[in-house]
Amino acid sequence: MAKTDIGPPDYRKYLPPVIKENYGQWQYHEKVKPGVLKHVAESGDELYSIRVGSPRLVSIDFIRDICALADEYCGGYLRFTSRNNIEFLTDDAAKVEPLIEACRAKGLPVGGTGRALSNIVHTQGWVHCHTPATDASGIVKAVMDDLYEYFGRDDLPAKLKIAMACCLNMCGAVHCSDIAILGVHRTPPVIRHEIIQKGTEIPSLVASCPTGAIRPDPKNKSVAVKEEKCMYCGNCYTMSPGMQIMDAENDGVAILVGGKVSNARTAPSFSRLVIPFLPNNPPRWPEVTDAVRNIVETWLKYARSGERMGEWIERIGWERFFTLANIPFSDKCIDDYIFSRETFRTTAAFKY
Amino acid sequence: MPDERKTPQLDELEKGPWPSFVTEMKRAAEKNPAADDLLGLLERSYEDKTGHWKHGGIVGVRGYGGGVIGRYTDLAEEFTNLKEFHTMRINHPSGWFYTTDALREICDIWEKHGSGLTNFHGSTGDIILLGTKTAELQPTFDEFSDAGYDLGGSGSDLRSPSCCVGPARCEHACFDTLDMCYDITNEFQDELHRPMWPYKFKIKMSGCANDCVAAIARADCSVIGTWRDTIIIDQDEVKKYAESGMNIQREVCDKCPTRALEFDTVKKELTVMPEDCSRCMHCINMMPKAVRPGQEKGATILMGGKSTIVKSAFMSWVIVPFMKMEPPYEEFKDLMRRVWDWWDENGKTRERLGELIFRVGMGTFLREVGLPPVPQMVFRPRANPYVFWPEDEINK
Repeated sequence: MAKTDIGPPDYRKYLPPVIKENYGQWQYHEKVKPGVLKHVAESGDELYSIRVGSPRLVSIDFIRDICALADEYCGGYLRFTSRNNIEFLTDDAAKVEPLIEACRAKGLPVGGTGRALSNIVHTQGWVHCHTPATDASGIVKAVMDDLYEYFGRDDLPAKLKIAMACCLNMCGAVHCSDIAILGVHRTPPVIRHEIIQKGTEIPSLVASCPTGAIRPDPKNKSVAVKEEKCMYCGNCYTMSPGMQIMDAENDGVAILVGGKVSNARTAPSFSRLVIPFLPNNPPRWPEVTDAVRNIVETWLKYARSGERMGEWIERIGWERFFTLANIPFSDKCIDDYIFSRETFRTTAAFKY
Repeated sequence: MPDERKTPQLDELEKGPWPSFVTEMKRAAEKNPAADDLLGLLERSYEDKTGHWKHGGIVGVRGYGGGVIGRYTDLAEEFTNLKEFHTMRINHPSGWFYTTDALREICDIWEKHGSGLTNFHGSTGDIILLGTKTAELQPTFDEFSDAGYDLGGSGSDLRSPSCCVGPARCEHACFDTLDMCYDITNEFQDELHRPMWPYKFKIKMSGCANDCVAAIARADCSVIGTWRDTIIIDQDEVKKYAESGMNIQREVCDKCPTRALEFDTVKKELTVMPEDCSRCMHCINMMPKAVRPGQEKGATILMGGKSTIVKSAFMSWVIVPFMKMEPPYEEFKDLMRRVWDWWDENGKTRERLGELIFRVGMGTFLREVGLPPVPQMVFRPRANPYVFWPEDEINK
């Protein structure tokens, strides 16, 4: 029988020699050009990282393709970033340009470093998930096509991180991103009593509802939903397949902006909802790509150098953001969930 | 079969400059009938605007409670190869470093047993192998185990810990994120592989406050590198930045959140008021050659982070402002065990640690886990007088 609990492979056997020799001894780094970082160690050794975008959902032959590049240019060493980029690693400066050319020839975009748009982190969507309100890979592809130039440029006001989750389970956390694209449901679950009767633990299902909208229905050996209390989070569906939350007519996408996780300058912050709903319009979701482009271009036009999306908006004020971005403000942008109080303005100082 | 399959909507997503996942699905479909069916199923979702995966079922491999996610399509009669199409999570190496030999071995095993489709990587960090049959799960695992790989977490267990690139490549790293990730993942194999808690638990390690793995936003326990003493400034390098045209006053000092930096434009010298610095990383990011973290390095431990579902998104809260982070990480491991015991004892089903702390109160959490309250834990103290006084502090 195969061994269990052996744990992940030891990362040390995958480190290139230049990293092994200079581990923990890096002195500084430079951004050579978009997509290329140069790290210099105290020994004087240099390491070049060439960052390349990936669709994340890839075939094994894609992995073999990038292995061939890493063999040819990097002695067989590479890594992936937390945003699903590939990083080719070499200590040979002469390999950098040929590698970039080889990537371009294969249609692999080089960029995503420094003040650039990085790859979009995202979830499974219709490809492989049971609760999605939209597809993830498709929207990501459409948005990255549309914003392609910003992946290969590093002269934006600051870095730009976009994230996509296909429902508010957010298995890919998007809630602290410069721009978050989020699949949302808009209708209460359709109850299928026969499924609930078959195998659902009713007390757990009732307890799963954060707003107390679900109550037991002993007559049916099932549950009932107080529809006006439901905010369509879908937590009940995760507890029971009898609570169908997907609704092709009403599911779609919300846009949130201004979040970040870095502590630099300002504290990490949540993204805030500015567009409550855009329709699901596959295969290329033009309403979503237009909305994202508009937000990015407004930021490019008005932000000062060094300002992340949220820092810019907090400086000018959210009321100005809605005006400058020409996004209609509605009561749907005003919080009425648990932690709303902190978002209401308690000062007579504001802008028009 | 691929020749017969019509996917007009998905074909639209092969256009444009960004590499296409549809192209990747088609490449897999050339070799694997389930991947081909997946193209058809996804095209159907694009027509119907809805998903076609049923609620998961319980599948797994011997000795494990997690690591495999059951998937069955609701259109199994039409897409017979997707009747069972389960995901396997393979625990990734620290920092996502690989050799091409290792990646090829993973590909070869997956080609033999599954759809040939993967995510490099999933959101938590694992290598995601998308789609295989129930009968293939054990043989797939056996082969991966023989090759030196193990499953990642899923369900109500410890999810695969992940970390930033750390000292392997980054001069900012204040502790060895890769070693710690590897060490604690091995220490907590039982917690990782056998779901036994109220809900999932995530640990992420970032070597500095830039937080490249978004630990503060998405980990129940966020370990973020920091230092206790003062930033180190190299005045020669400061001069070089100034002479290269950088406006140090505007780009560095004016953006310091605590106004802890002063720049002398005549001497071209940068000075810090150490007691005012909050270690946010901005000056270090702007002038990596001239400013470095201090020497007394370690990490801040924050807890409670999670995304929106159910009670709103929480960012992790400061629980231990500074902890030395060196092997064998006993202080950290001991803290984790105390926190897990308390959460396991008090948490409701599907209640994350942060939601439990919010429900019962931070004070209760600190007392029961045995942590000293310190002002670094709060932005500001409470504005109401409703203190729950313990009996032993009241005159009787």
